[in-house]
Amino acid sequence: MFEKTGVPSKEMVREIFPSIDRINKGPVAVIECYKEIPCNPCQTACKYDAIHVGEDINHRPEVNRDNCIGCAICLSKCPGLAIMIVDGSKSEETVQIRIPFEFYPLPKEGDTVKALDREGNVLTDVKVVKVLNPKSFDRTPLVTFEIDREYLYDVRNIRLEVQP
Amino acid sequence: MKQAELVIIGGGPAGLCAAVSAASSGAKVLILERNNALGGQLVKQTHMFFGSEKQYASTRGIDIPNILLNELDKYKENVEIMTDCTIVGMFEDGVITVIHKEDKYFKVKPEAVVVATGAFEKSLVFPNNDLPGIYGAGAVQTLMNVHGVKPGDRVLMVGAGNIGLIVSYQLMQAGVKVVGILDAAPQIGGYLVHASKVRRMGVPILTSHTVKEAIGTDCIEKAIVCEVDNKFQPIPGTEQEFDVDVLCISVGLTPLNELLAMRGCEMKFVPQLSGSVPVRNENYETTVENVFAAGDITGVEEASAAMVEGYLAGLCAAAKLGHKSDDFEEKKADYIKQLDSLRAGPVGEKILSGIEQILVK
Ligand SMILES: Cc1cc2nc3c(=O)[nH]c(=O)nc-3n(C[C@H](O)[C@H](O)[C@H](O)COP(=O)(O)OP(=O)(O)OC[C@H]3O[C@@H](n4cnc5c(N)ncnc54)[C@H](O)[C@@H]3O)c2cc1C
Repeated sequence: MFEKTGVPSKEMVREIFPSIDRINKGPVAVIECYKEIPCNPCQTACKYDAIHVGEDINHRPEVNRDNCIGCAICLSKCPGLAIMIVDGSKSEETVQIRIPFEFYPLPKEGDTVKALDREGNVLTDVKVVKVLNPKSFDRTPLVTFEIDREYLYDVRNIRLEVQP
Repeated sequence: MKQAELVIIGGGPAGLCAAVSAASSGAKVLILERNNALGGQLVKQTHMFFGSEKQYASTRGIDIPNILLNELDKYKENVEIMTDCTIVGMFEDGVITVIHKEDKYFKVKPEAVVVATGAFEKSLVFPNNDLPGIYGAGAVQTLMNVHGVKPGDRVLMVGAGNIGLIVSYQLMQAGVKVVGILDAAPQIGGYLVHASKVRRMGVPILTSHTVKEAIGTDCIEKAIVCEVDNKFQPIPGTEQEFDVDVLCISVGLTPLNELLAMRGCEMKFVPQLSGSVPVRNENYETTVENVFAAGDITGVEEASAAMVEGYLAGLCAAAKLGHKSDDFEEKKADYIKQLDSLRAGPVGEKILSGIEQILVK
């Protein structure tokens, strides 16, 4: 089905997700690169030796979750915008999710935006915690928002109310 | 008649890289490009590219021409660049004919040539496909990303290959509504990371669907879409209507090969390489001596591969003209390794099976 719709199944998502224990320890990268393509900038970008693609650049990236500190450098380097950071260390009720977001207008810290799933359906309202857009991210800003834990495996995007 | 040592036709990624490696080896290079700016398709690719560091992966396409031009500038005593120059003929005696700015006509006779003219878009046949508002994806991207002009407000994209997916995403970045993406194939052809990117924006992807007809008086107002069976035949009763002011056709590219055919290079139709391509050796030299080809003209692929092919063809062309750099063997082996690695996975399988049919050992 994934090849027909572009929407990964729940099982595929669960398989690449870190454990709740790991998420509760602090920020960690989640890479949704489900199919082999010739690409390895995530590995090149990582300063912590936490992403491994290997000699054959067609291999899927593997995250070493002990090495990963959730620094998010890989998020703005991935041409597929396939990486997000999940952090469950801040609260027992919510998780913080950081995603690449290449649309104007950018949200501001404190804004309420719609959280969307992998099909673009609205899940709930969420609060934007941080927006980063330094020159080194090369026009791929990162947005962090806080969301109820029940949406952990579903949320993958946000939408501002001002939409075309 | 103008004299030249090595002429490079086309200043896209393949042509620019061919120029860099030939000029750095010591050959005198003349680049002839029909547009007024260099970069080929790259000038409209606002997204980050795939590949590895050596092919500038994760750099935006629009930023790559400058990187290559800076590299070229290091050898500027060996490089001449002429834009607004369309090559209209390549003759048996080696003469190349050029039209400059649509009114001046001149001839060049180089000792060798690298043809890197790229590819052009295929179109789709359906009733009223000539209504205004029906564009190729290249035109939409040029309007939007080169000229800053919104092509319309509601777009239906035909084609779920990388280009259709990427242009859909860029349309949304420009604030245009994409109502859906169709593809006649039963599966999405492009990289699934690109598909997921537009899906999570809420854009439906309809595989096994095609355009049946466009409707409108002065311009397109509606597109009628239907499902197709596994033989690509329309299934009656499955019609759906989409209210759109733009229908964007992105059903693939085919090599721009007329010059090579005219020159007498042996050509072969290879579906895996998307059209009629030159028979060549591993140095990217065609069956006509000293006529090299690189990039999409040798098989529609990616800029990453086009660049490496360009480096390789330029290196080998220069060597044949007596400019063999000290590290020739090392460089050649590295380029071949890079190409092998880009094509090593499932995405490269089709390309490799195509190359097998045109490669002479
Ligand atoms: C929407 C889209 C997205 C893409 N995304 C990616 C990506 O993410 N990663 C990637 O690696 N690749 C990508 N590509 C593919 C990439 O752009 C091409 O593979 C690449 O540009 C091919 O390079 P080339 O030099 O062979 O041809 P081109 O870039 O097409 O350049 C050919 C040049 O030759 C010139 N020319 C043609 N005929 C003549 C003539 N008769 N006389 C003089 N000059 C002539 C043209 O004007 C042009 O400048 C994408 C393509 C598109 C359309």
